[in-house]
Amino acid sequence: MPKWLRLPPPVAFLLLAITLILLPFLTGATLGNSWVRVLDFVLLYVMLALGLNIVVGYAGLLDLGYVAFYAIGAYLYAWLASPHFGLHLPFWAILPLGALLAGFFGVLLGAPTLRLRGDYLAIVTLGFGEIIRIFMNNLNAPFNLTNGPQGINLIDPVALGPLIFKGNHHLFGFKLTAPYLYYYLFLAFTLATIVIAMRLQNSRIGRAWAALREDEVAAAAMGVNTRNVKLLAFAMGATFGGLAGGLFASFQGFISPESFNLWESILILCMIVLGGMGHIPGVILGAVMLTVLPEALRYLGDWQRAALGHVVVDPNDLRMLIFGLALVLMMIYRPAGLIPSRQRRREFAAEDGVAEQEQADLYDAKV
Amino acid sequence: MSLLEVRGLKVSYGGIHAVRGIDFEVAEGELVCLIGANGAGKSSSLKGILGMVHASSTIHFDGARISGLPTHTIAGLGISLVPEGRGVFARLTVGENLDMGAFLRKDHPGIRADLDKVYSLFPRLAERRTQLAGTLSGGEQQMLAIGRALMSRPRLLLLDEPSMGLAPLMVRKIYETIASIAQEGATILLVEQNANLALKISQRAYVMESGMVTLSGASPDLIKDSQVRAAYLGE
Repeated sequence: MPKWLRLPPPVAFLLLAITLILLPFLTGATLGNSWVRVLDFVLLYVMLALGLNIVVGYAGLLDLGYVAFYAIGAYLYAWLASPHFGLHLPFWAILPLGALLAGFFGVLLGAPTLRLRGDYLAIVTLGFGEIIRIFMNNLNAPFNLTNGPQGINLIDPVALGPLIFKGNHHLFGFKLTAPYLYYYLFLAFTLATIVIAMRLQNSRIGRAWAALREDEVAAAAMGVNTRNVKLLAFAMGATFGGLAGGLFASFQGFISPESFNLWESILILCMIVLGGMGHIPGVILGAVMLTVLPEALRYLGDWQRAALGHVVVDPNDLRMLIFGLALVLMMIYRPAGLIPSRQRRREFAAEDGVAEQEQADLYDAKV
Repeated sequence: MSLLEVRGLKVSYGGIHAVRGIDFEVAEGELVCLIGANGAGKSSSLKGILGMVHASSTIHFDGARISGLPTHTIAGLGISLVPEGRGVFARLTVGENLDMGAFLRKDHPGIRADLDKVYSLFPRLAERRTQLAGTLSGGEQQMLAIGRALMSRPRLLLLDEPSMGLAPLMVRKIYETIASIAQEGATILLVEQNANLALKISQRAYVMESGMVTLSGASPDLIKDSQVRAAYLGE
């Protein structure tokens, strides 16, 4: 960060807080209310990315089925708060249940894959994600659990006492619609997630995860209970996924298996890799960019019309093309991520010295 | 009674028997080596002691049976391993690697004191405290692996091929350090392919050949033994 941007921490903190509080209003006033919804999704994805970062970034376990936990949290919410089963439990009761159930499934996925690493683990987790999605797609018979591909509709919005997150509310002369209310709810959960992720990284468990990621044999020899520590990583990551899933279900009011396909898992993984694996500010930035960018590219049609008078290429086709291109460019120019952690930066910077290093490894003459 | 007592250690991978029932022991304060050619089952024996591979045996450490226990529990009892190929945590700094060595300890003043000791034993590591372990040279990584193992204040130190892949000059330096650690009273079980080096530094030795101990005795005697000289010292 340039020097002139560096503010004393209390001032920076205050500015950040004010920005975060005013953000939906500023966005709504300038870009329109549809962008407030985008903000909500940004926060959901920050939560998801930080959750997956525990598994992939901290513990080094490549999980390509992360969206399954998101789905589990979302479906549990739908089952317990919609006309589907006629249950209408309050959200504060369902969210912890969803997080817990997802955490349990995390262990369920972790237990049989304890001995797998790298590509093998990736394939199994990918399969797990697909299995959950296919279950959701087909569990409408013999007993209608998930309503199949039609999904579950009319999910209860979040209600905080008399305040129901639906329709219009007025507060100090401001009109607050549901996306505004969800923004503040999601913001609270996101901030809590960030704090937990930071505390975890610097904890004893965080160090055990780092050791496990670097060398499993050596970690065990240092006294790390590799089995428990791995399961804990899966469970913790899944818990955040489940939590985000519950929030997503209440926010959307409708869920179907389509929302939980492989692409979602890959997208969340991209956020981590692009932002800077294992580094919280990087992961947050990755999530923000990869949520905002595809939305911003929706304007491509308007731009074409403004510049050329008519739409040449369907913006929907162009959107993903440019999105992919942006990913490739970012990986070429920032291979360690947009905001890499101190360690990853050094690691990539050290790359230049590798040849020299190998010489030293071979001969080790400079005693 | 010996600190480490291994009886009938067998290690197999699938249908392949890497270690076929060997006995050995290490007494408190002793430096014992396990020598033999590549594939003789030396490293597998170490992994068997630590419960890292499927093994059947009766192993006692300080009188208590440790065979069948998980690796992290055995590590907690005071057996520390310097893994084959060093096994440093490449993307952690030198300092963080050493901290991991003290993972199971809670006596912070003691950890600090041991950290200073490791840094005085290996001044090179002190200089590179904040450098990533993966960017160190092979010899420095070996120093780090030994230092990390010492950070747990082990009662028994297991060294797996500390000379592997290092230049002769660095090998000598590492062996001088091992000797000085042993002189301070540490108990060490050393696995080494370089029989000459290992026999010179150790008090007793076991010679392994295709999963069996074929010869054992005091190292100074073995070094003169014509059979050993013929098989391992290239004479």
